[in-house]
Amino acid sequence: MTYFFHTEHLTVGYDGKALIRDIEISLEQGSILTLIGPNGSGKSTILKTITRQLEPVCGTVYLSGRNLDTMHGKELSRQISVVLTERLRTELMSCQDVVATGRYPYTGMLGILSAEDKKQVQQAMELVHVWPLRNRDFGAISDGQRQRVLLARAICQQPQIIILDEPTSFLDVRYELELLNLLRVLTEEQGITVIMSLHELDMAQKISDLVLCVKGEYITHFGPPAEIFRKELIQDLFDLENGSYNPLFGSFEMARPIGEPHLFVIAGGGSGAAEYRLLQKKRIPFATGILHENDIDYQVANDLANAVFAAGSFERIGEKLYHRALQQLLRCDTVINCLRSYGEFNLENKKLYEQAAAAGLRCLESASLL
Amino acid sequence: MEKQTNDYQLRYLICLVLLLALFLLLVFLNINHGSVQLSLRETMAILLGHGMDDTGNAIIWEIRLPRMLASIILGGALALAGFLLQTFFNNPIADPYVLGISSGAKLVVAIVMILALSRWRSVTSSLLIAAAFAGSMVATGFVLLVARKVRRSSTLIVSGMMIGYICSAVTDFIITFADDASIVNLHNWSRGSFSGTAWPDIRVMALVVAVAAILVFLLAKPIGAYQMGENYAQNMGVNIRLFRVLLVLLSSVLCACVTAFAGPISFVGVAVPHLVKSLLRTAKPLLVIPVCFLGGAIFCLGCDLLARTLFAPTELSISSVTALIGAPVVIRMLLKRKARG
Repeated sequence: MTYFFHTEHLTVGYDGKALIRDIEISLEQGSILTLIGPNGSGKSTILKTITRQLEPVCGTVYLSGRNLDTMHGKELSRQISVVLTERLRTELMSCQDVVATGRYPYTGMLGILSAEDKKQVQQAMELVHVWPLRNRDFGAISDGQRQRVLLARAICQQPQIIILDEPTSFLDVRYELELLNLLRVLTEEQGITVIMSLHELDMAQKISDLVLCVKGEYITHFGPPAEIFRKELIQDLFDLENGSYNPLFGSFEMARPIGEPHLFVIAGGGSGAAEYRLLQKKRIPFATGILHENDIDYQVANDLANAVFAAGSFERIGEKLYHRALQQLLRCDTVINCLRSYGEFNLENKKLYEQAAAAGLRCLESASLL
Repeated sequence: MEKQTNDYQLRYLICLVLLLALFLLLVFLNINHGSVQLSLRETMAILLGHGMDDTGNAIIWEIRLPRMLASIILGGALALAGFLLQTFFNNPIADPYVLGISSGAKLVVAIVMILALSRWRSVTSSLLIAAAFAGSMVATGFVLLVARKVRRSSTLIVSGMMIGYICSAVTDFIITFADDASIVNLHNWSRGSFSGTAWPDIRVMALVVAVAAILVFLLAKPIGAYQMGENYAQNMGVNIRLFRVLLVLLSSVLCACVTAFAGPISFVGVAVPHLVKSLLRTAKPLLVIPVCFLGGAIFCLGCDLLARTLFAPTELSISSVTALIGAPVVIRMLLKRKARG
């Protein structure tokens, strides 16, 4: 099958020196491909090669079955538009002027805008909600607004593909979400294909149809987010040593405190996660239980606790498990009980707490009291 | 929206009318004023071709008119060259003088002039332009070399000025050891002046500058794209390599033409494009380029008038007047930019 966009043995680099070899990307129209990887791994280099800012060292990029190298600058500019990371410094240009530069491939010799061009500019600006800013100086608006204006510029170029290099770098979370939402609108409503690099892995996981991991000389992983966002893969990709990645949340935990646990946290139902993180900050190693594997606390505990006692999902806490947890508990000197009430499935936690009190351990309700 | 567009067009129109009026006024003053006083009626009579006075005829037709036309043509050329270089280097104070390109042209012209005068006793204006062009290309080459190594714009300007000083120093050496006959000629010219322009020169410079200026105007669209930065321009379909070569060639030709006939003239290339942009409140090349040319012409007409009449009969060098007026404009611009961050 032929893809809308694909690369064959694409090798990218600077001055003929290969940086990343044999990149094979294939994309359907209207999908979002995200490049992730450590800083300096070559994400921008790949994007620049696709936009022909850089010559490929070897290999070919195809768009609708056509070799990109055979396209003229003007033809290419009607196919691919860009939103770059570099800060754009303009002089005496209104936002509308900036967006209108996207019409460049469609205007005549002197670049005078036709009625159709003006309509396209307005539509693009309305789509990303920057039409009210049209007369403002581009240098005097916020980063979030600027990024949307640049997206409008890319849209009114009426491309098949929009390429964005770190589009969310300067944005706070509100604008970040807004921008990424807009990209989805573009792919769904206009069939535009998006290729971008992102630093925010949680966002990449949620917005991408396909993800390309960039690190080292060869591309090791290319696939849908479900295949890419796995614990080991991401930890390897970023060489994580001082922390861990949780694919369910798409987020990271700090490094686990090292040492023999002298503190036991009784938790469950989400009551423990914040306590675990507090203990991590204080660098106190701890054990925790008794959780269920389908508990949100279990996810965090796995990354932060030195010992986790957990029963299978939706199962009763067995006698054996309870005794193991109790043994661990009695080896500790402090107990933090995060639970304020108990249900039928975790009555054992109540028993644990009573045993701790009976054994004369120091009992606290929160790690903040330590 | 509609109203905004109208305001903006109205502003452009008003500016254009005012500048044209100023231009005509200066044209008149330049013809009418000078060390020999002529009445308005006499001047008109001479211009219309029935002047009775031979001296008056000669003064107007052979001295003032060519000189005035030279100020117009070369002033416009300087402003355009400045505008092109500012676009090229993305630096608001780049211009042929600041970057040492004028001085490079001056050096080669001085060499060629001395060689030619010692051999043939005369120099053709096309040879001078060719020499100036070669000189400005070499100087531009140096500046480009520096610009490629160092991205900082202040370094670019400083190295341009250094190139300028070196070229000027070498030119001074050469002049010192030149023939007595050529010295007077060279000395005046190397300080910059519109005086002594003859009709054949006017024809040559008009042709060269007209062709270059039209080409610049036709480049308005890619220049506009290039203002967004090289990468965006490339994505818009601009052939960057070709475009950059064209910019360098055109700015060098314009600068060469000015230097060949009037010597190096400072600050016009920086001050005029800046004044025009602030006046029009836009940087759109399509609108700025024609007004830039007009503005350069006005600036040089005014400065030349001052140079001729301020301490008449002693004449000032044109560069001292352009610097006196242009430099404060540049300083104000830098301060304003600094304030904006």
